[in-house]
Amino acid sequence: MSEFLSANIPKFTSVLSVIAAFFIVLGLIFVIAGRVNGKKARPIALIVLLGPALVLLLAGLVIPGVRTILFSFMNPDSNSFIGLDNYRWMLEDPNIKVIMINTILWILVVPIFTAALGLLLAVMLDRIKHESIPKSLLFMPMAISFVGASIIFKFVYEYNEPGEVQIGLLSSIVQFFGMTPSDWMLSKPLNTFLLMIIYVWTQMGFGMVILSAAIKGVPADIVEASALDGAHGWRLFRNITFPMVKGTFIVVLATGVVGALKVFDIVRTMTGGNFSTNVLANEMYSQTFVQFDQGKGSALAVVLFLLVTPILIYNIQSLRKERAH
Amino acid sequence: MAKKLAEHTPGRKIFSSKIAATVVWVITIIWTVPTLGLLVTSFKSEEKILNEAWWTTLLNPNFTLANYKGVFFGDETQSLSTGVLPYFINSIVITLPATIFPIVIATMAAYALAWIRFRGSNFLFFSIFALQIVPLQMSLVPLLLLFTGGAHIGSVQIFPALGIAGDFAGIWLPHTMFALPLAIYLLHNFIAGLPRDLMEAAYVDGANHFTVFRRIVLPLAIPGIASIAIFQFLWVWNDLLVALTFASGTEEVAPINSKLASLVGQYGSGYTQLSAGAFITIAIPLIVFFSLQRYFVRGLLAGSVK
Repeated sequence: MSEFLSANIPKFTSVLSVIAAFFIVLGLIFVIAGRVNGKKARPIALIVLLGPALVLLLAGLVIPGVRTILFSFMNPDSNSFIGLDNYRWMLEDPNIKVIMINTILWILVVPIFTAALGLLLAVMLDRIKHESIPKSLLFMPMAISFVGASIIFKFVYEYNEPGEVQIGLLSSIVQFFGMTPSDWMLSKPLNTFLLMIIYVWTQMGFGMVILSAAIKGVPADIVEASALDGAHGWRLFRNITFPMVKGTFIVVLATGVVGALKVFDIVRTMTGGNFSTNVLANEMYSQTFVQFDQGKGSALAVVLFLLVTPILIYNIQSLRKERAH
Repeated sequence: MAKKLAEHTPGRKIFSSKIAATVVWVITIIWTVPTLGLLVTSFKSEEKILNEAWWTTLLNPNFTLANYKGVFFGDETQSLSTGVLPYFINSIVITLPATIFPIVIATMAAYALAWIRFRGSNFLFFSIFALQIVPLQMSLVPLLLLFTGGAHIGSVQIFPALGIAGDFAGIWLPHTMFALPLAIYLLHNFIAGLPRDLMEAAYVDGANHFTVFRRIVLPLAIPGIASIAIFQFLWVWNDLLVALTFASGTEEVAPINSKLASLVGQYGSGYTQLSAGAFITIAIPLIVFFSLQRYFVRGLLAGSVK
């Protein structure tokens, strides 16, 4: 115990002193820079307030981004250019083909399920009493890490040999219906979909909460008027509710696509990318930090970046539109 | 008025309330059962975990605290002999600065972009916004190289090696960098909306930007800052990629989340530590979530990307 304390108390004292030092230095700079008057006051204020963020963004995102693009045309150690070889490898390698198919499956399946289930629940929650309790519980997985969620589902997907007691929920349910459970993480292509369930489980609450807020924002008189015109049920949803929340629905879909493209933790934790479950973001990590091939890893990162870019452009455009109003 | 509005929102006309209530509660139960399963499992002995389903144990309860004791204080017979406590402490040591630094720096930048007029301010704001969707995979390798080897042009060293790879600072810094685009964008929306009269009155009274920032902007922006801080806290606590890349897996710096990820691969004997350890890891975010849910939802509604 005393050994434990002597190892860990310094961690706390040093983290507290780092935070204190951060605020003291900042305070001092504010006081000194605040003394400057006249013509130089504004540029100095800009440098002090905006400078740190710009330096960090340049050093942390802009320059590394450019370097990654350069690395993608270079050899594993990034010391000589090899042209398009890393990209050619991507087109020719059979493993990458599996990875691309899986990534496309993730982009197609995950956003639709997250958004559609979120919308269904948002509409239904609007209809019931005490909505806050189910809403909290449905939303709760959002706070759990993908690693935590993966461990939770590792126990759900647990499989024992036939004859032994099945301790996993999925195997038990399958057995209950008279079928034979299998080792789920080894069953292709089902395993990829089982991994997707983990993602949908954590992220569905996001769509639900955002869409729920959008539905509450639909003006009452519009609903009233169309109800008087005899619109109920599916027709009311299709003609009034959905068109009014469509923008939000697309935001949820777009967020789902970005999330599905970047999925890493779940695959890494559950299968390590084995058994044909690998995806782009995990392969990027493996190539770079397991195979130590910075060229191939960087090329995969660039592909990831290019796939997210259309969504980036869409988002900037909708922000511009919002600002114009 | 509010009541009338609530009665006539569209959901009320689409489903009958009975069908809606049934469907919502069935899905809620399905959604909650996996977490419940982990919680129950974490209180079972190793033998019971392997040979008895957790719902069976619920019917004839037989629980133990031994897993939590073992996972906190270590157990020589287990794969994780030191327990998770050192990693848990690392998580706290990583998360606090990695939340405070970016939020403070982003608030300063957001104020400058919103209230100090200068040429190119709009362009700069949009550029920062655009950086939001650059996947952090694009930064990992060059940033790690910067930390270990400094920066070169040709063979000329233009920036010294920071020597912070595998150190706490080497994890705080990437988290701070990666958090800035979203945080600046969200805080800018918030700070730009503060009343113009209030700011102008202060400038007329001779207050400089630093005084206005501290005395007016910070106090008024606290609700916005709080919701973004909660998000950042959860993001760092739950992160795996940055931790794997910038922290070595050792007891000195690795956070609990990445340690658990490495335990998953070990079969059988790790289950007591895995279930209890996982529950300890998710307990902190869940406490934050349930106690600050209002801020959490507000932050979520404010910015829906990351």
